[in-house]
Amino acid sequence: MITKSADKTPKIEVEVTHIQQVSDIIKRFTFTPVDGAPLPVFGGGAHIVVEMSDGDIIRRNPYSLVSKPGTTDNYQISVRRDDVGRGGSLYMHNTLKVGDHLLVSHPVNLFHIDRRARKHLLIAGGIGITPFLAMMAELEDEVANFELHLSARTDGAFLDELRGLYGSKGSFYRDDHNEVIPLNDLLTGQPLGTHLYVCGPNGMLEWVLRTAEDAGWPSQNVHYERFLAPATGLPYEVNLATSGITVRVGGHQSMLEAIEAAGVDAPYLCRGGACGQCETRVVSYDGELLHNDHFLTEEEHASGTKIMPCVSRFQGRELVLER
Amino acid sequence: MLVEGIKSRPIYHPLEPKPGSRHILVADAEGAEAILELATKTPDGFWDKARILYIPRSAVGKGYEERLQALTPFPLYVGPTIAAAIPRLTKELSDAQMGTQIYLAGTEGLVGQAMIVALEAGVDQGSIQRDHRGSEARRVQCVHCKGITEEVTTQPVKCTHCGLMLLVRDHYSRRIGAFQGVCIDAEQPGTAPEPEEAFL
Ligand code: FES
Repeated sequence: MITKSADKTPKIEVEVTHIQQVSDIIKRFTFTPVDGAPLPVFGGGAHIVVEMSDGDIIRRNPYSLVSKPGTTDNYQISVRRDDVGRGGSLYMHNTLKVGDHLLVSHPVNLFHIDRRARKHLLIAGGIGITPFLAMMAELEDEVANFELHLSARTDGAFLDELRGLYGSKGSFYRDDHNEVIPLNDLLTGQPLGTHLYVCGPNGMLEWVLRTAEDAGWPSQNVHYERFLAPATGLPYEVNLATSGITVRVGGHQSMLEAIEAAGVDAPYLCRGGACGQCETRVVSYDGELLHNDHFLTEEEHASGTKIMPCVSRFQGRELVLER
Repeated sequence: MLVEGIKSRPIYHPLEPKPGSRHILVADAEGAEAILELATKTPDGFWDKARILYIPRSAVGKGYEERLQALTPFPLYVGPTIAAAIPRLTKELSDAQMGTQIYLAGTEGLVGQAMIVALEAGVDQGSIQRDHRGSEARRVQCVHCKGITEEVTTQPVKCTHCGLMLLVRDHYSRRIGAFQGVCIDAEQPGTAPEPEEAFL
């Protein structure tokens, strides 16, 4: 059953037609449109927001599309089970079954292939491989020059599949064998005109970005995707000045989710603090804004006039937003 | 006035040291000053990864060669003309990799032409710095015959290829590294004003 959602972002109703266990903690889901109409096309690096009706909570999580760009009869996503997360991935793993219906957003791409590149160097950590799956299919089609370096916990079905698909273009590093991406050599040995793409856990991302900067890579050549899961924390209240209501944000809920649950339409694209779409003006506050996004500048964070409700929180006596 | 209000001229900044695996510095004439100023700001080890290409031109005899050579353990390349130095730059870039930083300083002719070579080799814009020093002389392309006239200091100027009197516009082509020259007396040949020194 589909629970009608409050937000006005256009949605597509899909049916779960296939679930594949890719590794012990990763499942791949195939969604087919219920009305049979072709799905919107997407490019490598795009994601969709999947809406889950988990009891009386509506969860909306972004996932990279892993199917081949150009496919319009189904969408595929890969989900890593996070046992200590807020519950979205557990719902996908434990509750969702073949035949269930869901709403998904239109694809959004915040992690494009840069066509100016003479070579594409892709570096992924763990489940950070997902945006690259579609990207590589696209690069392969275009006979573009690319190289993948993936570090993963252990071996698994994922790696086997990648080895089969991309052979020598892929290098794989297993944490359980203490194998580490030789980043310094990699970043100092690339031909002119190479573009770097990074996706993975925060620590790895920071490491790669810092090393690239120190090695003299211009920032225009470095692309990354950092989707944050919304932080959890203490519950608090937010006063929505335009709507004239006060909403309570639960400890495991994001401010954006709480606003949506109250029936107030709020814009979003990535729900991960990266795109800037959800930016909201802070009218006044008495307390501390807990900024978690990667969109606003440090000065903007310090100014106390803006907040990204998809990932950021609040602690204190009162927060009033223009919403 | 025709020459005003066109914002296509390149933007120049003082050179700043950037992290990199290799630094290629190209200068002509007073452009040497820009490199010497950069040297007051560079971190340890910078010059061990640096190659300098210098074309003295009008600054010959001012002793810049010795001062530039003193910066780096590698032999300084000294070229007689920009044209002679360009193949040398191409060669320096042939095995260059990501992390190579390019520093260009001097006349607009040199900076523009070296920029084209670097971009063609695949260096990204973000890795190229440009500082304009010395003569304001322009490299001008005649829009009619496409011929390039070097070292233009007057306005208007006679195209060295087709002989038309050209008004030198502020419109700068990054692709060819030259300003645009448009015939000034097309309606009534011979009515062009006398050339005056304009770009010194
Ligand atoms: S929805 Fe993208 S930053 Fe909040």
